[in-house]
Amino acid sequence: MRPITAEEIESLAIGAWILGTGGGGSPYLALLNMRQAYRQGVVCQIMDAAELADDDLVAVVSNMGAPLVGQERLTDPKTMALAVTMMEEYLGRKFRALMSLEIGGGNSIQPFMGAAVLGLPVIDGDCMGRAFPEAQMTSFAIHDLRMYPLTLADVRDNAVVVARAASWKWMERISRKACVEVGSIASTCKAPRTGKEIKECAILGSTTKAIGIGRAVQAARRAHRDPIDAVLEVERGIKIFSGKIHDIARRTTEGFLRGTATVEGLDGFRGHTFKLAFQNEFAVGWLDDVPRVMTPDLICVLDTVAGDAIGTETLRYGQRVTVIALPAPPILLTPKGIEHVGPRAFGYDLDFRSVFA
Amino acid sequence: MRRRIGIDVGGTNTDAVLLEDGRVGAAVKTATTPDVTTGITRALAGLVAQAPDARGAQAVMIGTTHFTNAVVQRRDLGRVAAVRIGLPSGASLPPFVDWPEDLAELVRAEVVMLEGGHEFDGRPLVPFDVKGMRAAARRIREAGIRSVAVAAVFSPLNASGEEEAGAILQEECPDIAVTLSHRLGRIGLLERENAALLNACLIELARKTTRAFTAALRGSGIAAPLYLTQNDGTVMLAEVAETYPVYSFASGPTNSMRGAAFLSQRDEALVVDVGGTTTDIGSLRHGFPREANNVVEIGGVRTLFRMPDLLSLGLGGGSLIRPGPAPAIGPASVGYRLTEQALVFGGDVLTVTDVAVAAGLIDLGDRSRVASLPAMLVEAALARIRSMIEEGVDRMKTDAGDAPLIAVGGGSFLVPARLAGVSEVLNVPHQAVANAVGAAIAQVSGEVDQIFQDLTRDAAIARARRAAEDKAVAAGADRATINVVEVEDLPLAYLPGNSLRTRVRVVGDIAG
Repeated sequence: MRPITAEEIESLAIGAWILGTGGGGSPYLALLNMRQAYRQGVVCQIMDAAELADDDLVAVVSNMGAPLVGQERLTDPKTMALAVTMMEEYLGRKFRALMSLEIGGGNSIQPFMGAAVLGLPVIDGDCMGRAFPEAQMTSFAIHDLRMYPLTLADVRDNAVVVARAASWKWMERISRKACVEVGSIASTCKAPRTGKEIKECAILGSTTKAIGIGRAVQAARRAHRDPIDAVLEVERGIKIFSGKIHDIARRTTEGFLRGTATVEGLDGFRGHTFKLAFQNEFAVGWLDDVPRVMTPDLICVLDTVAGDAIGTETLRYGQRVTVIALPAPPILLTPKGIEHVGPRAFGYDLDFRSVFA
Repeated sequence: MRRRIGIDVGGTNTDAVLLEDGRVGAAVKTATTPDVTTGITRALAGLVAQAPDARGAQAVMIGTTHFTNAVVQRRDLGRVAAVRIGLPSGASLPPFVDWPEDLAELVRAEVVMLEGGHEFDGRPLVPFDVKGMRAAARRIREAGIRSVAVAAVFSPLNASGEEEAGAILQEECPDIAVTLSHRLGRIGLLERENAALLNACLIELARKTTRAFTAALRGSGIAAPLYLTQNDGTVMLAEVAETYPVYSFASGPTNSMRGAAFLSQRDEALVVDVGGTTTDIGSLRHGFPREANNVVEIGGVRTLFRMPDLLSLGLGGGSLIRPGPAPAIGPASVGYRLTEQALVFGGDVLTVTDVAVAAGLIDLGDRSRVASLPAMLVEAALARIRSMIEEGVDRMKTDAGDAPLIAVGGGSFLVPARLAGVSEVLNVPHQAVANAVGAAIAQVSGEVDQIFQDLTRDAAIARARRAAEDKAVAAGADRATINVVEVEDLPLAYLPGNSLRTRVRVVGDIAG
């Protein structure tokens, strides 16, 4: 266990936005919360999963709801902490630490917000290794761990415990319904995990990974080097394509932002076309109509010059972008993993082939 | 005859034009003065000297960057009370939370956070704390604060909390200036609140400035009402506009683009405005600049409101050239010292203007002083200028086809006659004062940005359109002349019941 610095949290926000693969929500407001907390003298601790006892309990947390609502009802540490303490009351047991549900986007910082209030450490890890849109798209679901109970806290004095759910789908339906009722934004504590489960089934080290990516981008910018090269180096990623957004089509169906973006090649990719399909996050990429990269490999679209990640909601014509692939956590690449988060889980009739294979 | 005077007060020049039944009757370029009004008085005197009828103009429109500069330079800013309505949500991120510390310290007089606000569907979040508001208003009065910004959660969807707070403040604090955030911005509480706070700290300056403008007009013998031009290319009566200074933050480039549309008679085109230091490239849609969708920073403060989507390049008539096989151009520029420092004017700095003179693009200064410039350097510099403009134009296009490009500004001679991705380059008379022309032709607008649920797309747009028209009429438009200029709709992820965010903007001529 060690203290995490304010600078590391700044790096985390940059790296997590890249690992969001186009979704996960901007970390900006969560980052502002942490700046406030550190200004008031808070210092959070980051903890290696190896330090957990097998019977310790870990709270897996996330913010839930519509990103747009989050821009008005600003996220706050107290509500995050409330979801955790409610779970403790329900279980009659105390948590040893907090952990993020997804390292991609704003949820990477949510456990630190809760930890700032509760004085608990944050586990270096998550259960997606990136961002995904649905509850069953986690390493815990792939390992068939139990999906309940779940607590959901509203900023007013409203709270819900989902005591049981018949499946991940039911858990998603019931908690989503409660979330909508309280204004489509809520803090949630997912099914509690034992130290043993975390050590065996979580995606460990993803917090420090995100910090490392962010730090590489910052260092490259300071040195006037290419921040994208820096990301590729530190993560052993592959540059897939570089060009200009040529066409963009979006639609929302079943609560997801779906669509496609076409990139026209520039520089070394001139004369070629790249098509990206997204469902909140980027799911599949085709080079000249041949599948080139697909989920769960991480497909990240970055501003070619600044190296900042670009979200699926903010893509627009004319942007100069570079598409890179980063390796997915091994658990997502197992046959069971591919079943949960491979191309068919998003409706694409493709056999998964990793660009890193 | 319908006579309008348009004035654009830029950092270097103050330009003025007289428009007579839609024709440019007189045009003047003078230097901007530190006090701003002297420059305006001189410009008006120049217009009257060319066309004595200018005194009979029925309306005068002024565009100015004065208020943006005040924020950037941290001067003439008032102290402000911030009232946030939305507790218990957002408690950890109070007003000013993401401001640069130096600016926050200048502006922040008092911060009040109260219960209230709404949900995305218009339901109240919690009841508004009226008692708390009254107590806070009294504290604000006792502290002698003269300007207050009010921001409530989801106020663009339901403004009742902000309206009620405003009424209480007016009751308890006579003569206080109240800025309500829903009048300024869209969804995004912090950015909208920031816009309201910036507005509140500029209100005193805006009042003084518009009064000085009016005095300059009257002193020049012009009795017409004064309008200030806004970021979106429309105008407001000065007495209304002085309460919304942030609306004029980007009026300069907007006026250039509107002027370009008017002078070229093109409503759908790209515009390149080449000045002394920078080149702005924008896109006209229905004769108005396309607006930026993203966050805009002013003096380090994140805001989100109506601003033209512009790409600014470090290329202008005064840009420095560093010679070499691939010459580098800008972003450094000699600016207004061009007439002392450029080679053709007897100076010793190689500027873009020198290269243009050597190539025969324009006849300025002493051409013999650039006769010895190597032809290869001139060619390479022009090629670099071309590729800078070509890439900029390409970035601002919304689709892949070739588009017409209108060249305006004092440096428009730098725009090559043929460019990749451009169907034709349009050079028009009076292109150097297009910004003042843009001010003179400005109309009145109204806008609505709201989430609609369980309505068809057409029904949602129709409802938004009616509300936008009502707003335009309230701002001085003639209802019979109103046109829709922008419709945008975005389906929303994770919101139930077929939610659609709809934005409609309309414009019309000034009534009467």
